[in-house]
Amino acid sequence: MAPGLTDSSQQRWLLTLLMLVILALSLAPSLRLLMEALGDLTQGSESPLWRVLQAESTWRALTRSLYTSGLGMLIALILGSLFAFVITLTDIRGKACLVFCFMLPMMIPPQVTALSWLQLFGPASPLLKSIGMAPPLGSPQPLYSAEGIALLLGIQSAPLVFLALRTSLLSLPRELIEAARISGARQVEVWGQIILPVTRSGLIAGAAMAFISSLGNFGIPAMLGIPAGYYVLPTLIYQRMASFGTGVLAEMASLSLLIGVLALAGVALQQAWMKRSRFGLVGHSGRAHDFSLERWRGGVTALLVALLLVILVAPLAALVVSSLVPAMGVPLSWETATLNAYHEVIGRQGATWRAVSNSLWLAGCAAVVLMLCSLPLAYRLQRLPRRWQNLALSAIELPYALPGVVLAVACILLFVRPIPLVNVALYGTLGLIFVAYLARFLVVCLKPVAAGLAQLDPSLEEAAQLAGAGPWRRLGGIVLPLVAPALFAGGLLVFLLAVNELTVSALLWSAGNETLGVLIFNLDEGGESVLASAVAVLVVLMVAALMLCLSLLAPRLPKGVVPWQG
Amino acid sequence: MAGLTIERVTKRFGEQSAVDSLSLDIAPGEFVALLGPSGCGKTTMLRMLAGFESLSEGEIRLGGRTLASREHHMPPEQRNMAMVFQSYALWPHMSVADNVGYPLKLRRLDGETYRRRVAQALALVGLATYAERPPQELSGGQRQRVALARCLVTDPDVVLLDEPLANLDRHLRAAMEESFRDFHRRTQATLVYVTHDQSEAMALADRIAVMREGRLAQWATPETLYRQPRTAWVASFIGQGSLLDVAAGRPGQRLEEATLMHGLAAAPAERTQPVLVRPEHVTVHPDALSPQSLRGRVESVTFRGERYELHLRLESGEALLAYHHTALGEGQQVALILREGWCLEPET
Repeated sequence: MAPGLTDSSQQRWLLTLLMLVILALSLAPSLRLLMEALGDLTQGSESPLWRVLQAESTWRALTRSLYTSGLGMLIALILGSLFAFVITLTDIRGKACLVFCFMLPMMIPPQVTALSWLQLFGPASPLLKSIGMAPPLGSPQPLYSAEGIALLLGIQSAPLVFLALRTSLLSLPRELIEAARISGARQVEVWGQIILPVTRSGLIAGAAMAFISSLGNFGIPAMLGIPAGYYVLPTLIYQRMASFGTGVLAEMASLSLLIGVLALAGVALQQAWMKRSRFGLVGHSGRAHDFSLERWRGGVTALLVALLLVILVAPLAALVVSSLVPAMGVPLSWETATLNAYHEVIGRQGATWRAVSNSLWLAGCAAVVLMLCSLPLAYRLQRLPRRWQNLALSAIELPYALPGVVLAVACILLFVRPIPLVNVALYGTLGLIFVAYLARFLVVCLKPVAAGLAQLDPSLEEAAQLAGAGPWRRLGGIVLPLVAPALFAGGLLVFLLAVNELTVSALLWSAGNETLGVLIFNLDEGGESVLASAVAVLVVLMVAALMLCLSLLAPRLPKGVVPWQG
Repeated sequence: MAGLTIERVTKRFGEQSAVDSLSLDIAPGEFVALLGPSGCGKTTMLRMLAGFESLSEGEIRLGGRTLASREHHMPPEQRNMAMVFQSYALWPHMSVADNVGYPLKLRRLDGETYRRRVAQALALVGLATYAERPPQELSGGQRQRVALARCLVTDPDVVLLDEPLANLDRHLRAAMEESFRDFHRRTQATLVYVTHDQSEAMALADRIAVMREGRLAQWATPETLYRQPRTAWVASFIGQGSLLDVAAGRPGQRLEEATLMHGLAAAPAERTQPVLVRPEHVTVHPDALSPQSLRGRVESVTFRGERYELHLRLESGEALLAYHHTALGEGQQVALILREGWCLEPET
């Protein structure tokens, strides 16, 4: 046998083994959850699933979940489509800047969004106090309501609608619009009769994504709903777990199954719709059209900027103001301004700093490990038949598509007892959170790498093969350098998401093992809003810096890796 | 019906001139082709006619109306033109009949008139039975015919066609050429047709504007372009032929056999006039090597079905293309008679 052949078959087996291990690890939590939820069905009406389905609290939480997510989706649809249409189709100025600002809310963790809006409204708002507009003491916080939750869910998921619609607008061939115009259609008619119907699929896909993401959101309903006793499905699970511990695991598994099924049904529905309304579009795409706004330009620009001021700048300003006052309720002035909160966060080696360093370690290690796995995994996946490839990708995507609470409950189920054979107990350690992060964010790192590999001309590798490079040599010397930017971007995205993660860690943390997301949540719950604001300000700065890094990397990446760049 | 006037139109993209001071006078109902290699500015010119691009200099007029100038730009939707796109540009969310009827809807037509005109247009392109299909289910040639039907439904002043046959295979092209000719005969509309394929342009157009690097190289009927090309570049772009230097004639003159043969026999220094000789004007005598006739050697032979194409090398070293009814051996010496030639302008 030729040496090259043994080399390549050896590589093939190793990579296949790696792929199978990763697939098993991706599927294990969901399967364990399914077993737990359906396992005791033989008990009839006493089985956990049956009990959960009969409980009034389940249906109340479900209705509230659907209400807040549905309303949030509508808000996201209005905001997202307004920005997508104006920015993609018109000759408005400063597009790149508008896009960056509009995308920022998606990357800011939900607990920070919730905190910043809480600082903006209500009688204790330091910002309102400082400008003398605070409502009288004792008046209710308007955000502690279903509509408050829906508003923030809408703002948080509006970028998803924006992205989906923008993508389909950019792939709209220019000829379709030109053909309508030369047929005599005015701009309004072109918009209503050609553009809107053709890009309908993008709009629906975006709306479905906004709905699913709102359904699984934990940070916003937790910070706005729990104080008002308004529980949606994810916060109901959290509250039960916090009150009763692992004793109610079986019931929680059933509840998780309910949200999981809802979310996956949403995904399936969205994909079916996409398929049904996908037209084979022929022609030159890339830049759909420039509608000239002419005398409306000033007005439209002012509208977009005003919206950005309300949904982004005002809450962040409130957050900054809150982090600079000595205590809640004190107005900010030159005399009262203090950096004490920041000293507390960075300077003291207390719980705050411990949480920050825990999160940095977790996110950093997850990013490195996933980067190491992604290239061989994507390389092997690319060589699978199309059908198997799609199945494998679905399995890897599952832990990310499921709401975080579901994954957390599944991970508890999987690791609540020490792992057999090696006898290592992960439950109650950082290790459990780490494993959950690996499962959840693998697909985030894998997608850019797979996109980069798909773009690679196979002849590049074939040329190296003819020149005498063995399979490992080719992987390291040809493929790796070419997809390195995508790999790095994937790692950066994982870090960005993991460092701010709240939903999974909210259920998995234990004393001494707090994460940054849990920290903000706990500080706010404990009434330490000033300290929470300071941490949140630092988080926003870090997010913006990481986004900027990704933007700088963008020219060397496959299209679509950096979400806010078209 | 109104004539289309293009007057010293220039389009600059940054420093680059895509179209440079182009002037054409197109008669009402004329079928005109803009012909040239890719990047010659023909598509830019068409898009300026449609109103998708603005003008840097010059003016476009339709009848008495100014469509576009440097200061004035009438939007495409007000020009009463129609266009067939290379990619057909059929709206995927509308049926074939809706696609065809859309321009009528925009003109606020409905009811019986609307249905009748859509049916007429579809019948004209032979697609009456496909009215309710979505365009994705149609073949390339059928899609092209839907696009044509969409053009003729409103009686436009001018129909623009942007390389409409580029995406079709060879057999379909011949059939579609016939549809275009038929379409022109029935509608009597002014047609401007952009193509890089000279045989397509020659077969269809009343007059052809040959463009090169944004400028007009020649503006003439297909026959004139073939028989009397202005420059060597146009001659080489249209049809086949050879360029020989001759000591006779002046640019724009036709040379008879005697003058041409005499001019070819002159000393090399005196032969300064470039002359185009079409292969059908070359007579090849494989065996009669008389001392008066021009001599050449066969370099290669290509079989073309109805005849053989001979690539010859003259004693002067110049190449000559000729047709012959039988195959000749490579390297064979032949006697040649050149029956006529056309004197070209020297290349600037």
